[in-house]
Amino acid sequence: MGDRHPAAQSAGGVAVSRRSGPVSPDEAQEELISVRSDADIVVARQRGRELAARLGFGLTDQTLIATAISELTRNIVLYAQRGRIVLKALRKGGRRGIMVVARDDGPGIPNVEQALQSGFSTSGGLGLGLPGVRRLTDEFDIASAVGRGTTVTVKKWNR
Amino acid sequence: MRHTESHEPVASTPPAEVRPRRHRTRDEPRHEPPARSTGGLLRELVTHLRHNQNQLRDEWANRIMEAQLLTAMSRDEIVAEATSVYDNYLDALETGTLEALQAYAQSLSERIIPRGVETDEVVGIVLLLRDVLARSLFAKYRADFEVLSRVLDAYEPAANRIAITVAVGFVQERERVIREQQEAIRELSTPVLPVRERLLILPIIGLIDRQRARQLTEQLLRAIRANRARVVVVDITGVPAMDSNVANHLVQTVEASRLLGATVIVTGLSPEIAQTLVTIGVDLRTMHTVGDLQGGIEEAERLLGLEVVPVTESKHPT
Amino acid sequence: MAVPILKQGQYLIATIQDALTDADLQQLRDGLVTQVGRHRSRGVIVDITALDVMDSFAVRTVRDIAHMTRLRGAETVIVGMQPEVALSVVQLGLSLEGVHAALDLEEGLAFLDEQAHVVSGGRPRG
Repeated sequence: MGDRHPAAQSAGGVAVSRRSGPVSPDEAQEELISVRSDADIVVARQRGRELAARLGFGLTDQTLIATAISELTRNIVLYAQRGRIVLKALRKGGRRGIMVVARDDGPGIPNVEQALQSGFSTSGGLGLGLPGVRRLTDEFDIASAVGRGTTVTVKKWNR
Repeated sequence: MRHTESHEPVASTPPAEVRPRRHRTRDEPRHEPPARSTGGLLRELVTHLRHNQNQLRDEWANRIMEAQLLTAMSRDEIVAEATSVYDNYLDALETGTLEALQAYAQSLSERIIPRGVETDEVVGIVLLLRDVLARSLFAKYRADFEVLSRVLDAYEPAANRIAITVAVGFVQERERVIREQQEAIRELSTPVLPVRERLLILPIIGLIDRQRARQLTEQLLRAIRANRARVVVVDITGVPAMDSNVANHLVQTVEASRLLGATVIVTGLSPEIAQTLVTIGVDLRTMHTVGDLQGGIEEAERLLGLEVVPVTESKHPT
Repeated sequence: MAVPILKQGQYLIATIQDALTDADLQQLRDGLVTQVGRHRSRGVIVDITALDVMDSFAVRTVRDIAHMTRLRGAETVIVGMQPEVALSVVQLGLSLEGVHAALDLEEGLAFLDEQAHVVSGGRPRG
């Protein structure tokens, strides 16, 4: 789910590499926020906003990113009680982006397909809001199994 | 590794006869047996290229000017940039890491794009450098074909990757600049018009894509706040067609405006677009729509008029 | 009480200063409902000018405030929503149906005054 760039560097010399494209290493910025209570929701989204701002995202995108993080973190608190949020700076081509990984070892989602269909009902039912999060981001990936926890990975690219 | 050789002129003499056994002269460093790493060989030739830096750089600058590239820059400027590129080039060759080179390519592009330098020029000069350095290596190692072969085996892939990195870096920077300019043009071409107190008009003309739709909404919301608008007339007479994504966006814009206290009246809705809205599930009765812009403005004034004199009139259901 | 509730004539005004925890939001909701009952307020203004993110919980709470205070005879208006927040709320798919919104405090009060006039048929209540 994360970006992976095969390193083309070896100590003291050119690695024998058959890739013809340029190497684009990820920037080193990565942040981990431990999620234990709803107070961490605000922490996670504020850090997310700060990172987005540093990466050059405009105010609207910063808010979209912070909102997505808020929802993902809230899901962890509501359904798994504990988990973590990892924020990472991305680079692809000339563009910068942000990746958010929300991971927990909670009960897992029994029917991921269904969770991706149903959003917030008008009566305000407790959906996971995943379709909403998907709308706020450019790339969305989810892995979940009952008894094995849930990992949601989203990315947003700077225009 | 010691080396005391001096730079040999770029060979214009016919290539040396291919000889199976190695040939060593006094001033040249020992050529190691074939078991030597590619890395070691690369380091050796980088040293050679570094040693002859000034001459090779000048030669490169000359060839750039002969080829009539970078005409936007003076000779001094070319030499100055050439020096930096050369240094970064050698570093990249030597370490195999492209990070520094990428960063330099980015900064170089940022500098030269506003000067009007084109992609073919950038590709051209990087390839010229590659050639100049290759010729120098040819000249140095020409006496032993086997060694020359291994030298080129080490040099070529590295040099090619560098050329691509610089060229791609330039192109990406250019694309970024173009995107920025497009955004600026889009913003200029669709102004939000404050018509009278509390009333804004947003005439939209042409086809809207997701990007433009987003930009329009942002502009509109900020204008609502700045002008303390209570009613906005969004005229889409000039929009020939709208796909369901953009139609959805329009609906979101209406709701977002409501959250800022403004009522949106949509005018100029064609039958086709009306159909699209219905298809995505919009109840047109919940949307203020009026046939044309004039009618929309009148409706807006009516809405505003009611709000100005609340005491004696009762509200008409809208 | 994390969010102070001010009484201005017939109306209650709650100004949210900072990001609130879930507990703070619930406290605000309960506080407003109680105070509306106590003072027989006709209107509630929730000022969210300082809120830079509204997630599903915040939206749900605001909807709850509107519904519950309406049951006690008060209309709720949210004011000061930031453009970027409005965009994210609609994009997230959250509905604030049934909740009135105005640009700022002044507009919010004007709206509530208007409502009061309509209800009373032209004479402002004391």
